Amino acid sequence: MANASATASEAVPSRSWVPVVILAWLVPGGGHFLLKRYGRGGLLLLSVAVMFLLGLMMRGPMFHPQSGDLLTVIIYYGGFLADLAGGLLYFLSVWLGYNQPDVAGHVHDYGAKFLVGAGLLNILAMVDAWEIATGKKN
Amino acid sequence: MPKLSVTHLEATLLFALFSSIVLGIVTRKTDHERLRYGIRCFAYFVVALFAVGWVMYLAHG
Repeated sequence: MANASATASEAVPSRSWVPVVILAWLVPGGGHFLLKRYGRGGLLLLSVAVMFLLGLMMRGPMFHPQSGDLLTVIIYYGGFLADLAGGLLYFLSVWLGYNQPDVAGHVHDYGAKFLVGAGLLNILAMVDAWEIATGKKN
Repeated sequence: MPKLSVTHLEATLLFALFSSIVLGIVTRKTDHERLRYGIRCFAYFVVALFAVGWVMYLAHG
């Protein structure tokens, strides 16, 4: 009984989830740091940041919104949103002048996938931080 | 920033490694379960990598 009430009190959200999710978006693992989950936050930061940096080092091109047929719209808007999900990593690289053109080559292709993958993994981290902040998960 | 050149195998293994770490962290509740799930995810990635690689090789002729 005492354990059940202790678990329930741990699951009650103690703060608003909005700053947690915003910080989790801007800094991978930042939401977990704010919620004092330092180990998990550190691993998320390491994984997403290294993946993003590998994408930059492979000279992967960023996606830009592009109109056209349905498949083109889905790929380019989706890719842009996934790149954007990288948060400050994305903004910093763009502000510092990273503008890799889309050229042929498997390394460039993998680079683009690493950049998109890092953003998508950061979305998973944001959802995890939101679940912790709202008490759905400890 | 240095330019990195990787093979298909290196790139996919790196992708699998970091994806598995994040998937392990966000989908399980205890550290032990996270470690097990992360390792299992990585194994699935590697199996799928070789399976799809062979399918493409055989389909290509």
